[in-house]
Amino acid sequence: MAVVTRGFHGRRREPDPRIPPGQYLETDFPVLAIGPTPRVSTDDWTLTVTDVDGSRSTLDWRGLRALPAEDVETDLHCVTTWSKLDTRWRGVPVGAVLGDAGAGAHHVLAHSADGYTTNLPLADLVDGRAWVAFEYDGRPLEPWHGGPVRLLVPHLYLWKSAKWLTGLELLREDSPGFWERLGYHSYGDPWREQRYVGD
Amino acid sequence: MAGPLPWLRARMDDGWLETRTARTLTFDVPGWPGHDPGQHVDVRLTAEDGYTAQRTYSLASAPEEGRLVLTVQAVTEGEVSPHLVAQMRAGDECEVRGPVGGWFRWTAGTPGPVLLVAGGSGIVPLMSMVREKARTGDPAPFHLVYSVRTPDHVVYTNELFALSRTTPGLVVDRLYSRGGLPDDTRAPGRLRAADLPGPDATDVPPVVYVCGPTGFVESATEHLLDLGHRPSAIRTERFGPT
Ligand SMILES: Cc1cc2nc3c(=O)[nH]c(=O)nc-3n(C[C@H](O)[C@H](O)[C@H](O)COP(=O)(O)OP(=O)(O)OC[C@H]3O[C@@H](n4cnc5c(N)ncnc54)[C@H](O)[C@@H]3O)c2cc1C
Repeated sequence: MAVVTRGFHGRRREPDPRIPPGQYLETDFPVLAIGPTPRVSTDDWTLTVTDVDGSRSTLDWRGLRALPAEDVETDLHCVTTWSKLDTRWRGVPVGAVLGDAGAGAHHVLAHSADGYTTNLPLADLVDGRAWVAFEYDGRPLEPWHGGPVRLLVPHLYLWKSAKWLTGLELLREDSPGFWERLGYHSYGDPWREQRYVGD
Repeated sequence: MAGPLPWLRARMDDGWLETRTARTLTFDVPGWPGHDPGQHVDVRLTAEDGYTAQRTYSLASAPEEGRLVLTVQAVTEGEVSPHLVAQMRAGDECEVRGPVGGWFRWTAGTPGPVLLVAGGSGIVPLMSMVREKARTGDPAPFHLVYSVRTPDHVVYTNELFALSRTTPGLVVDRLYSRGGLPDDTRAPGRLRAADLPGPDATDVPPVVYVCGPTGFVESATEHLLDLGHRPSAIRTERFGPT
């Protein structure tokens, strides 16, 4: 039986089919992170792709900017229940960053400059579903939003879109990331409300 | 694999205003397992017709089974916080799910000193840690630096004063950003590096917990890094957009 909260009415809006269950529309852009905003500049930023055989390739800022970038307009869904619609980004599709790497890989562990990690299926990062993003709303990505470069995987809860991205580690087997080891869901689909382990 | 964390029925038991806009609410929650200080809970309100709204709130109390305490700051035009602050009364029900959050937490028995840096309602999860230290008699040195707008905005004002007198190893500094008390030696103003102890102030560098609005957390962590605290020793929780 539903538990009704006496006198609660709520701020009704026209139901928006773009807002997943349990989420509310946010117009601001809240920030969540586990520690201080790392001091990363485009001069010292690099992204290391580690393949399943341990071989590595490193991309710097110029290398990233030499790859074909795309404009992306998409909705964001944070596990703390806010959703933000029609956000505008620019970034390189993850597939283009991975290049030929990834044969035999099924999973990816994304690494951030602050030691944060998050795991994703490789299939969710390719085919135009995820980007290595460096602009938000027409401007260089602000440090507190993950700048200079972050992962953007808008079809999953936002903790999967690692800020201050520094590494993509290709894996045969899944390996839980930071929040995934602390009780959050391994996949994090907002449309299935996969917030915590077991959801 | 464990099943989903269940939604639990929570009945408000008591509530009181801490400031003109912040209220503490206590709930009886049969089946609530307790929590670790610093963790939070999802709160869901349901209207008569089934409409729901869900938000996250830090646990303010020291861990306890079957009972929890929240402190909520009313956000102007907010959907959930004004209801919790101004409408909800003893006997009213809602649902909670948790505890959630495994990183921003401190448990009694953790070795080493602790530095707590709170801005405004960011005091809530840090107060859970302070209460737990006091409750268990944990010997870890605790230094709380708590920044609020004015003395009228201090939450838990009497309890903090009492605990700072009676809890060995607990130091509480209050700072006012807009206006202070007549005999304050520090001029009102936003948190500055000089308001914070450096990593050498304790035998070993402390673990630092910073909580508050995003802007506060950004500037507090900048100061901490400038003072030489290591990034890996600083844990943050950001409450809201401003
Ligand atoms: C991990 C975590 C722990 C939290 N713990 C606490 C807690 O212990 N006590 C507490 O009071 N809150 C806490 N919060 C914030 C809380 O979850 C809600 O965001 C807050 O109560 C506002 O919800 P609302 O429904 O009233 O406002 P909404 O309807 O969500 O927001 C209305 C408007 O106010 C803005 N807004 C939202 N939050 C704030 C804010 N904090 N300051 C200024 N503007 C804001 C929004 O951008 C929006 O435009 C916590 C948040 C997180 C992520």
